[in-house]
Amino acid sequence: MALFQIAEPGQSPEPQQQRLAVGIDLGTTNSLVATVRSGRATVLPDAQGRSLLPSIVRYLPDGRAEVGYGAQAHQVDDPKNSIASVKRYMGRGLNDVVHAENAPYDFVDAPGMVQLKTVAGVRSPVEVSAEILKVLRIRSELSLGESIAGAVVTVPAYFDDAQRQATKDAAQLAGLNVLRLLNEPTAAAIAYGLDNGAEGTYAVFDLGGGTFDVSILKLSRGVFEVISTNGDAALGGDDWDQRVFCWIVEEAKLAPLAPRDMRLLMVKAREAKEYLTGHADARISAKLATGEFVDVTLDTETFCRITQHLVQKTVAPARKALRDAGLTVEQIKGVVMVGGATRMPQIQRAAGEFFRRDPLNNLDPDKVVALGAAMQANVLAGNQPTGGDWLLLDVIPLSLGIETMGGLAERIVPRNTTIPCARAQEFTTFKDGQTGMSFHVVQGERELVADCRSLARFELKGIPPMVAGAGRVRVTFQVDADGLLSVSAQEKTTGAEASVTVKPSYGLADADIERMLRDSFEHAKEDMHARALNEHRVDAQRMIDATRTGLRDDGTLLSSSEFSSIEEKINALEQILNTPDPRAIKLASDALNRATEEFAARRMNASVRRVLTGQKLSSLDA
Amino acid sequence: MSRTNAAAAKASTSEGLKNHFELFGLTPAYALDLGHLERAYRDIQSEIHPDRFAHAGDAERRASMQMSTQVNEAYRTLRSPLQRAKYLLELNGVDVGFETNTAMPREFLMEQMQLRERLEEARDVATLGLLREKLSAEKKHIEVRIAELVDVRHDYDAASACVRKLMFLERFGEEIDAAYGVLET
Repeated sequence: MALFQIAEPGQSPEPQQQRLAVGIDLGTTNSLVATVRSGRATVLPDAQGRSLLPSIVRYLPDGRAEVGYGAQAHQVDDPKNSIASVKRYMGRGLNDVVHAENAPYDFVDAPGMVQLKTVAGVRSPVEVSAEILKVLRIRSELSLGESIAGAVVTVPAYFDDAQRQATKDAAQLAGLNVLRLLNEPTAAAIAYGLDNGAEGTYAVFDLGGGTFDVSILKLSRGVFEVISTNGDAALGGDDWDQRVFCWIVEEAKLAPLAPRDMRLLMVKAREAKEYLTGHADARISAKLATGEFVDVTLDTETFCRITQHLVQKTVAPARKALRDAGLTVEQIKGVVMVGGATRMPQIQRAAGEFFRRDPLNNLDPDKVVALGAAMQANVLAGNQPTGGDWLLLDVIPLSLGIETMGGLAERIVPRNTTIPCARAQEFTTFKDGQTGMSFHVVQGERELVADCRSLARFELKGIPPMVAGAGRVRVTFQVDADGLLSVSAQEKTTGAEASVTVKPSYGLADADIERMLRDSFEHAKEDMHARALNEHRVDAQRMIDATRTGLRDDGTLLSSSEFSSIEEKINALEQILNTPDPRAIKLASDALNRATEEFAARRMNASVRRVLTGQKLSSLDA
Repeated sequence: MSRTNAAAAKASTSEGLKNHFELFGLTPAYALDLGHLERAYRDIQSEIHPDRFAHAGDAERRASMQMSTQVNEAYRTLRSPLQRAKYLLELNGVDVGFETNTAMPREFLMEQMQLRERLEEARDVATLGLLREKLSAEKKHIEVRIAELVDVRHDYDAASACVRKLMFLERFGEEIDAAYGVLET
């Protein structure tokens, strides 16, 4: 454990020790973890030197879970308990799952999110994903030799709020401190841009195992600004496997298959697809459980024909992203290819034809997302950024709105709005004496609520009885830097308030996560206590250091009484820091925190002014 | 948002960064140096964005989030010719009144109807492209006019009528985009 650094009051501590943070690419097919060491982002391999962790979780009768290659080896003989491509089920109901009939699992329909019945019990996709993340957390801790300060976990840019929230929950369940959810194409752009010193407008074409994103970014003077993003959260390499699988079944005239054979042929289909990247035809042979032999050959021409409609599906999102960005193909400087599925020659061709230039393939499409996430994690942990000072400005992928009369969706935050953002809209009562108003928060681009994704419902009560139209309710949408939404409503005349942090309705409340966390840690109670104590101490010390630096740099923004009031709270916290009472430390931290709110706001203002003054000077120079 | 946050946010705005223009060191005007706006936006975000404060205390994290939100909103407003015009008129006490004031010159409405008819008849991407070009030329024309009315003549009522036209054209642009969507699928 790192020891606290003692610094004189009013002085900044010595250059901070590197805080270890990791970037995690939680992929449909494979997952990876990377970190920045000695100024360079590197993928952390497992003990056998393998970078990729197959995103497959196998549940055993004793309740344990086997993750990665071990689970992969058993996916054919234990298909029901070996969960692959779980990312496709994150934040999704049973109705949303495409090709459920071709997946060899026992799905359980549950409110909000589908669940899977395994030999170890019913598991939600959040729990399955947490198993994968836990393995990566332990891998990082082992290879870095200490516990990690936090992680950036990537999500497809086109993931909606429910899918993002589910991913964040999974990371918390895995014992990770989530520094940020980061969009995959954006992560790739960071890695690409910093590696190549790129400037200009770029497109990222990211076709993974289960999701497709296309993002348009402007790279200029160390700022990565996402201008637009589009995609298909249910299109990926898996769908190509699915097509080949169906082709095999048809070609070999097979009767309906047992789960085992289904998985076997799915594996063969994937192998054939990958083989066709470098060869003209792929022979597929397998012996089924029924004793039947399958022996067919798939040539490139047939492969392209049976998957042509899938390739075609990438074009519309690319076109929409470009249109939303207000750009033409000619204005795009380069197309960065990301995701294992972009290895397919027909995808390379499609991207090349659409953007009318050769795609950029100089980065490992499997690793680039994790590397970019590691770079961002490093910055968020407060370390010196790699490749000079840089900043990321991202957007929300899908519009957010409220259901209005007649089942229509009223758009409040349009897609491609830069985050963080807040937007308010006023609604009026429509009945005389109406005392409550219920809100239905939705996400999507369609006009009808029924075609959008339902995110949350909540109610505002306590509106004083008035004539219809006189009650005015202001609804505020706030989207944070993770792209997660919270909504509040306030009645204007009385100030009655209601708010909701949009939590998908699959029933994982914070308390549940905490309980599951506790269960999943093989720690004794004392360990939990020690962990909490340590966390509070580290946080408190960090706040003390930051506040002192603030007082030193910007103390003039405070009156002398304000100044000494903050100092008082610092001293109080410092005195309590060495007591073994996490609660007392937390309380003193909160007190310091409240005492510095106003100061923090003034400092932000001062920062803005400093920038403007600097600008005026530089424009005088010019 | 709790009351203390609201108070902090208020304090941060009440200290001189009174409007979106001042936030970027600009003088309120319709004709704008977009290059300066973009540079100022990026420079300010580089200082105050939540990513810069991810490891800081709660108070700073929240202040950064609020400021960053405000800067994003200001940038979005000023960058858009329509939103900028609306905002400027509001600053000058003129409510553009899209909801209540729908009276438009007959000639303009006829033109709009014709454009929409052409859009409905459009069966290929090339026709849509032509419509979009026509639209963007018309928008440019109105924007020049708004700049003159607001910045030079300070005739906000006349400007308001132009802004309503711009609003119509913007909606027409959305309809063209929707038509692209239909043709492409």
